[in-house]
Amino acid sequence: MSQDAELGLRDRLARLSGVKLLRGTKLSAELERLERQLERLREDTTDEEIWRSVELARDKNRPYTLDYVERILDDWFELHGDRGRMDDGAIVAGLGSLAGRTVALVGHQKGRDLKENVARNFGMAYPEGYRKATRTMQLADRHGFPLVTLVDTPGAYPGILAEQHGQGGAIARSQALMLRLGIPTVAVVIGEGGSGGAIAIAVADRVLMQENAIYSVISPEGCASILWRDASQAPKAASAFKPDAAHCLELGVIDGIVPEPEGGAQLDHDGAAALLREVLVAHLDELADFPADELRRRRRAKFRSMGVLAHV
Amino acid sequence: MPSMSSRQIDVSIEHKHADPERRDGAGHPNTCPSCGSHYRDDELAEHLRVCPQCGYHFPVRAPDRIGQLADAGTFDEEDGELRSADPLDFFDLKPYKERLAEAEVGTGLGDAILTGRVAIDGHPCRIAAMDFSFMGGSMGSVVGERFARACERAAEDHGVVVSVSASGGARMQEGILALMQLPKTVAAVEELHESGGALFSVLAHPTTGGVTASFASLGDVILAEPGALTSFAGPRVVAQTTREKLPDDFGLAESNLRFGHVDAVVPRAELRPTLAQLLRLFGAGS
Repeated sequence: MSQDAELGLRDRLARLSGVKLLRGTKLSAELERLERQLERLREDTTDEEIWRSVELARDKNRPYTLDYVERILDDWFELHGDRGRMDDGAIVAGLGSLAGRTVALVGHQKGRDLKENVARNFGMAYPEGYRKATRTMQLADRHGFPLVTLVDTPGAYPGILAEQHGQGGAIARSQALMLRLGIPTVAVVIGEGGSGGAIAIAVADRVLMQENAIYSVISPEGCASILWRDASQAPKAASAFKPDAAHCLELGVIDGIVPEPEGGAQLDHDGAAALLREVLVAHLDELADFPADELRRRRRAKFRSMGVLAHV
Repeated sequence: MPSMSSRQIDVSIEHKHADPERRDGAGHPNTCPSCGSHYRDDELAEHLRVCPQCGYHFPVRAPDRIGQLADAGTFDEEDGELRSADPLDFFDLKPYKERLAEAEVGTGLGDAILTGRVAIDGHPCRIAAMDFSFMGGSMGSVVGERFARACERAAEDHGVVVSVSASGGARMQEGILALMQLPKTVAAVEELHESGGALFSVLAHPTTGGVTASFASLGDVILAEPGALTSFAGPRVVAQTTREKLPDDFGLAESNLRFGHVDAVVPRAELRPTLAQLLRLFGAGS
C-alpha cells in the first residue's frame, strides 16, 4: 500500500476511533482489533484473506436483516407491499425504536432453507422490492424518522418479469430518492453488497461495512467468467477487484468498518447485533444535529466525489 | 449462497459476449446482420447508419452520433483531458492500463463517453454520447465524471443535457469505484433537475447494467432507438437464471415502450427533429 493510502487509512481509523462508542472501555478491544486490521492492511491483505471475506459474507449462519431487527429494535412494526403490485419478500421494511428514537429500517432478507429462500428469493429483489423501499423512505422523510438500511444481496433479481417491471429504473429512482432525503441515513453492508441491487439502498450519509462483509460491482464468479472466461477463477477475480471492507475503506467508498465478534458474526448473533447497534446509535447521534439541507448537501458531495481520475 | 445463484446476478458487461450473431456478427461491419445487404462507408453514413433495405440500426460511434444530432460545427468538447486511473492495479488476462491504452488507440477517444457543448436546431445544450467500442461502453470514473460535469455545467444555465447511452454497464476493472459511478451520476442528475434543467435520455443499443440502473433511466424524457436492447440484466444472465425461453423481444426498445419504461421509440432519422422539438417545448436557450 502506498504511503498516502496508509495515511488516509490512519486518518480514517482515527476518525472512527473518535466515534463515541469506541472510546468506551467496553469496546476498546474492538479498537485494538481494528488497529490490528490496519497492521494487516499495511502488509497488504492477502488473496486468501479476501476470499475468506467472500466466504464469510455468504455464510448461511451469518445474521440476516431480521436477525438484527429482533436484537436491535424495540416495538418493531413491519410494513408490507409496494402499494402497487406486490409484497417483495427479498426486502424487509418497517418501523421500530432504536435507543428511544423511532427509525425506519429497510434491508435485504435472505433465507436459510429452501422454503425461506423461495419466499425471500435469495435476497434478490424485484423492482417491487425497491419500490417498497422507496415508499418506506418517503414515509420516514415525511415524519422525520432517521433511516437505517441493511444491505445483504447477491444482486437485484435478473428475471423476465423483473425487467418488464422496470428493474433498472427502480434502482435508479431509489438512489435519486436517497439523495433527496432530509433525514439522517445510515447504510450498513452486513453480508453481500452485490452491485446495483445493493447501491439501490446504500446511498446514505454514512455507509459502513461489517468486518467480513463484501461490497462489489460484480460477483467474483461473474467477473471470473467474463474476464477469465472461467467462473472457477473466482478467488483470483476477488483478489483483483478487492471487495473486502478494508479495501473499500481505503478507496473512500465507505465511512467505517463495524467490528464483528471474534471469528465472525455467524458465530455470535447477539454479539454482532450489540456491536452493530452501538455503531448505529453513535452515527445517528452525530447526524441528528444536521439540518436537512446540510445532510443532503454533504451526502451529494460525498457521492459526487467518488472515483479516481487521471489527466493527460 | 449456493454458487449457482451467485452467478446469476452478473449483469455488467456480459452481453458484450452474448448474442454474437445478432449485432457484432462475424460478418463485415458494413453488412446488415438483419437482411444481409452490404454498403460502402459513405452509403451507410448518408443513411445515418440505418439499413435502407430493412431499417436495421447499425451501431454509431460517439463522434458520429454528435455529428448526426448537432448543428454543424457547434460541438465543443469539454473535459477531454480526463483519463482513467487504475486504482486497483487491476490485472486479469491483461493489465487494465494496457486495455485502456489499446482502447484509446483503437477508438481515438479518451474514454467511453464524449461530452461537450452543442446546439441542436439552434438550441444550445450539453451532449453526452457514449461509445460502445471503447471497452464495451463501460462506465468507470471518467464516464461518471464527464457525465456529472456535463450536468453541472448545464445546471449553471438551467439547461438541457442530451445523453445517448450505449453501454454494457459498470467497468469491472475499477471494482467498487465503478459501482459508485451510479450514485455519482444520479447525484448530478438531481442537481440538474433542481436547477430547473432537464435530461433527455436516448437509449441506443445496448444500454444495460449500471447505466440503465442510473442516469439513463432518470431522463425527463426517455427515447430509445428501434431494436435497441435496453435492460438491467442481459439476456444471457436472465436465461441462465430463469431457465425459461426468453420472449423474442426481451429487453428491446419496443417491449420497453409497451411496459412503460420509455416514452418513445424513435427511428434514427427522427432523432434530431425529436430532440429539437423537446428543446423547444422545454424552452431551452430561451
